[in-house]
Amino acid sequence: MLKIQNLHAEIDGKEILKGLNLEVKAGEVHAIMGPNGAGKSTLASVLAGKEDYEITKGSVEFEGKDLLDMETDERAKEGLFLAFQYPVEIPGVSNINFLRTAINEKREYLGQEPISAKDFMAMVRERSKLVELDSKLANRSVNVGFSGGEKKRNEIFQMAMLEPKLSVLDETDSGLDIDALRIVAKGVNALKKEDTASIVITHYQRLLDYIVPDFVHVLYDGKIVKSGPKELALELEEKGYDWIKEEVVNH
Amino acid sequence: MADYTENELAKDLENKEYEYGFTTNIESEKIPNGLNEDIIRLISSKKNEPDWLLEFRLKSFKMWEQMEEPDWAHVKYQKPDFQGISYYAAPKKQKYESWDDVDPEMKETMSKLGISLEEQKRLTGVAVDFVMDSVSVATSFKEKLSELGIIFCSFSEAVQEHPDLVKKYLGTVVPQSDNFYAALNSAVFSDGSFCYIPKGVKCPMELSTYFRINEAGTGQFERTLLIADENAYVSYLEGCTAPQRDENQLHAAVVELISLDGAEIKYSTVQNWFPGDKEGKGGVFNFVTKRGICHKRAKISWTQVETGSAVTWKYPSCILKGDDSVGEFYSVAVTNNHQMADTGTKMIHLGKNTKSTIISKGISAGKSQNSYRGLVKIDRKADNARNFTQCDSLLMTDRCGAHTFPYIECENPTAQLEHEATTSKIGEDQIFYCLQRGIDEEKAIGLIVNGYCKDVLNKLPMEFAVEAQKLLTISLEGSVG
Ligand SMILES: Nc1ncnc2c1ncn2[C@@H]1O[C@H](COP(=O)(O)OP(=O)(O)OP(=O)(O)O)[C@@H](O)[C@H]1O
Ligand SMILES: [Mg+2]
Repeated sequence: MLKIQNLHAEIDGKEILKGLNLEVKAGEVHAIMGPNGAGKSTLASVLAGKEDYEITKGSVEFEGKDLLDMETDERAKEGLFLAFQYPVEIPGVSNINFLRTAINEKREYLGQEPISAKDFMAMVRERSKLVELDSKLANRSVNVGFSGGEKKRNEIFQMAMLEPKLSVLDETDSGLDIDALRIVAKGVNALKKEDTASIVITHYQRLLDYIVPDFVHVLYDGKIVKSGPKELALELEEKGYDWIKEEVVNH
Repeated sequence: MADYTENELAKDLENKEYEYGFTTNIESEKIPNGLNEDIIRLISSKKNEPDWLLEFRLKSFKMWEQMEEPDWAHVKYQKPDFQGISYYAAPKKQKYESWDDVDPEMKETMSKLGISLEEQKRLTGVAVDFVMDSVSVATSFKEKLSELGIIFCSFSEAVQEHPDLVKKYLGTVVPQSDNFYAALNSAVFSDGSFCYIPKGVKCPMELSTYFRINEAGTGQFERTLLIADENAYVSYLEGCTAPQRDENQLHAAVVELISLDGAEIKYSTVQNWFPGDKEGKGGVFNFVTKRGICHKRAKISWTQVETGSAVTWKYPSCILKGDDSVGEFYSVAVTNNHQMADTGTKMIHLGKNTKSTIISKGISAGKSQNSYRGLVKIDRKADNARNFTQCDSLLMTDRCGAHTFPYIECENPTAQLEHEATTSKIGEDQIFYCLQRGIDEEKAIGLIVNGYCKDVLNKLPMEFAVEAQKLLTISLEGSVG
């Protein structure tokens, strides 16, 4: 599904990603952990196509296509979804209107008819239940006046509505209480299918109790420096990142 | 003197070595360029006007001659050459018996402008009075309206058919001496709309007039007079679009609203005149005087979406004369490229317990300049007056400008005045968020801007709101930077 090879990216002349490799297959869940400032959000932004970053080397293949060659909105329409670490507020634009626009843009891109109002509303009801999002929030302006936790839940709600192939969740668990965490995880798990995949960026092994990853990667200084089974997350939680840093240095 | 004819004028002009002559072509008939008493007499006689109206025009002209063109607005432009304008143009074929008689070419132009009357006609509940080059060419739904005693016709027709009403109210809200452009309009106005809603009648449909400027170099001096008698209600829509022209065109309209005791007038405008090209060449100069008077418990709301014109100078205002009257102003003004807009409102509180609300959303893109100018005046006798003002500015680039000039004159200590103002730049984060959800940049800007203007767009009648939303998106195409 996704193949990142030797990816180098910089912002304002500063190199952040320094030769990153990662392969994600359909049906898999990958967790990415790593210290603050390691480049996790940068990776998410680069995949999504944020313009501020310059790709200096490497390649990214998504479903057999050159991802880096696509416009930001095209990537989304091809099935890439990013749950933002800091979701953005759009005053005056209702969540529903926003989502309907997004869904119809995608459908148009795929050569499909716009979704009918009836089907759309049925979908809103069903999917908002999945993440236990108050239906009132669906009618409010996008993220405006939402609590931190509500914003994160809204991201998962949008994900559920847009049915992406690959979802990148950037610290969706931070700021969530334990119930919300469970709900978000439930949403992610419910959407898991054979032909979809997700990359879950997190600092806490706690989330991985609910969303069980197939692989755990450590991102450090712009590279994936260690990969392992889900037990690696436990080890990281216990020992911190210092031993990884040492390993890297000793190499 | 009312008999002064075209031939006599021609002779006069010959004596004065006139160089332009009559520019009558196949489609339309113009009178010679320039402005003097004779021209005014000619306009008046062409329209077969009563003497009192000719006197009104001549008096206005004398006032205008004594006045100076104002330059306090935050706009810069090449002042119009008032002698280089023809003050009257009418399509040769003036009236159409039915819609089918209307020139197909004219219909096509309208469709291109997105104001297809065919579509409008299907939208039941909308009566359209289409004004092209100053003379009404199509009026519909008239019968239905007249059953209720509602008069909705061109201004010229009203002068002929309802002279008493016109005489009673013309110039009572915007006196001839009010300002330079109002005086000019009062002297030379060509046509416009007239509307009267009788006592206690709620007009069952939105009354709609589309104005446009057609003839190159033709000044447009529309005159609108709208009277809602006691406890009447009317919602009036004015849409303006003009085709592309190289030279600047002057538009100086006057709109007067009279809301008698307990009456309510909702006046909505979508203005989309040619703003000039990317280099700032061409475009319409829009210098409009719009004002309404509210008697006891009466209400006037102005809602405007302004995306067009090279230079806009416009302050729809309310005189809250009667106790417990209410004035509202909701405005979205978009400027792009080299456009300049100086717009806002005046709320003049004279009566007790009068209330006004001002919500202004300015959006500047390109190298444009967008100013809000508002006056809230509370008279000595206006006890317990209240005003709420909110002015927001949204910047699309680093090269454009947004300015607010709120003036307050308060002579009564019981007044409650609130003012809020914000300026923000369109968020790149917001656009990225939309893009990531698969919404392309143009649509994203449309969404964000429409969201930003929602409080105002919500005030527009449904079908107008949809049009306005499209217009906002179109006028901001490719404008982020
Ligand atoms: N405009 C910029 N100029 C220079 N450095 C930048 C710029 N933007 C981000 N960075 C740096 O890039 C590095 C990676 O940031 P990133 O947000 O990807 O980290 P992260 O792994 O997501 O961290 P966290 O765990 O705190 O979310 C940081 O050191 C950050 O300071
Ligand atoms: Mg981060």
